[in-house]
Amino acid sequence: MNILEVRGLRKAYGALKVTDDLDLTVREGTLHAIIGPNGAGKSTLIAQLSGQAGSDAGSVRFAGAEMMGQPMHRRVRAGMSRSFQITSILPGFTALENVAVAVQARAGHSFSFFAPVAGEAALNEAAMEALARVGIQDRAHVRAASLSHGEKRQLELAIALATRPRLLLLDEPLAGTSGQEAERLIGVMRALKGSLTLVLIEHDMDAVFALADRISVLVYGRIIATGSPAEIRGDPQVRAAYLGEETAGEEP
Amino acid sequence: MSRLMTRRNAALLLFSGFALLPFVATMLGDSYLVVIATRILGFAIAALALDLILGYGGMVSFGHAAYVGIGAYSVAILSRAGITDLGAHLLAGIAGAVLFALVTGAISLRTRGIYFIMITLAFAQMAFFFFVSLSAYGGDDGVTLRARSTLLGRPLLEDDRTLYYVTLAILVALYLLAVAITRSRFGRVLTGARENPVRMQAIGFSPFRYQLTAFVISGAMASVAGVMLANQTGFVSPAFMNWHVSGELVVMVVLGGIGNLLGAVAGATIALLLEEWLGLLTEHWRLLFGLILVVIVLASRDGVSGLFRRRDRP
Repeated sequence: MNILEVRGLRKAYGALKVTDDLDLTVREGTLHAIIGPNGAGKSTLIAQLSGQAGSDAGSVRFAGAEMMGQPMHRRVRAGMSRSFQITSILPGFTALENVAVAVQARAGHSFSFFAPVAGEAALNEAAMEALARVGIQDRAHVRAASLSHGEKRQLELAIALATRPRLLLLDEPLAGTSGQEAERLIGVMRALKGSLTLVLIEHDMDAVFALADRISVLVYGRIIATGSPAEIRGDPQVRAAYLGEETAGEEP
Repeated sequence: MSRLMTRRNAALLLFSGFALLPFVATMLGDSYLVVIATRILGFAIAALALDLILGYGGMVSFGHAAYVGIGAYSVAILSRAGITDLGAHLLAGIAGAVLFALVTGAISLRTRGIYFIMITLAFAQMAFFFFVSLSAYGGDDGVTLRARSTLLGRPLLEDDRTLYYVTLAILVALYLLAVAITRSRFGRVLTGARENPVRMQAIGFSPFRYQLTAFVISGAMASVAGVMLANQTGFVSPAFMNWHVSGELVVMVVLGGIGNLLGAVAGATIALLLEEWLGLLTEHWRLLFGLILVVIVLASRDGVSGLFRRRDRP
């Protein structure tokens, strides 16, 4: 079954077509990576899919329901969450509170004014579980602003997981992480495979080819190829447009 | 962050001090002290209301005087209509404030930062000029109240001390309410939306609904301040809604320390005491007041509350 069907998606900034009549199909339960050179429109695509950015035209069907025109928070509630390329956390909250508020979003309503939320064991337990999943449970009571960069990336993922998505859009989860932290995050993503659908944007090609079930190649706002990792590796068009370019001028 | 004194202890100390004040006034034979202190409590309620949205919601309202004025005018208007009960006055003030906050908040919250400040100011000015042109209630000059609000059908509040204690009880109740709100699920969403609204959307919250609700709660609380202040002065005029008053409320919150509620109470106390004392020294007291404000804000980013906090940051 296809959990995500994108048809004819467009977005232009003036004359620049960032997303140009894009079609994309993601099967439920797979890890679908989207790769492409810098400026191909990967982050814009995630922003459009998540509802953070508007789209000029097209259709985004998630689990059979049209998401176009729905704001981000509704799409999240429908089961479509995202993580951010540039870490987006609540700096004044502890790591635990960052995740607990995400749990709170799907557990009951938040127009409760009197009971102290810090005492809600169910929220804290679910939050602790998400922190443990990404391996930072021992940092639960540290203010998020004081976490290391790698820990913030792990927290970012824990927050997204705590919303219990059916589809998780990951925008460069490994950006700026050390080797050890990246290993850990790759392990988490591998463990997640199968239990939910993942759309992964990532520059680390080793990680992409190790994790992905399917890969789509995005160049100038269009998907030029979709296939298994082996098919993508062997696709001459892809090599010319992207992989070849990568070997010529290695990205940082 | 460790503190020399927990907020709970500081609150106990401050409110006990207020509770004992009338006795001190009697000992000193200075009955005027209770009058000033009632005024302080009234402004403390308004500052507390403002801190709830300014400190926790990041919404800098520069129009909170409007709500104080709405509360004050409910006393004037209902009293003239023959309804003198304090409860009725409070309810009318709250109803008016909720309505005004819903409409102006829904519009103001479409903006952020300086635009939010300007729009809340603009709405408060509209309310100000509405009452200036309300000739039935004295327009610009306002109207003198024939009597204070009644309690249980009796003129209990005519006694300055009773009015003082009723105002104090209301302040303490609203303080406890505000503390509960900031620690609740709702409070966490409100604070989260201040910290990072996009993050809150990305976990499934629409910050607007929570911010508007907080704005309305804050406006309702500020109208209570207006009801009590009208009773204290025995006089209601558009001056309650003057933008100076909105500015003074912001000063009180900053002076006391943004975002800890008790700071707003302390800030109101200090600001009004300074106003009284410096006013005795010189008619140019605002100059000195400004200087003191600058020194306190420079010495501690958390206002007076910060001075009670151990410095554990580099």
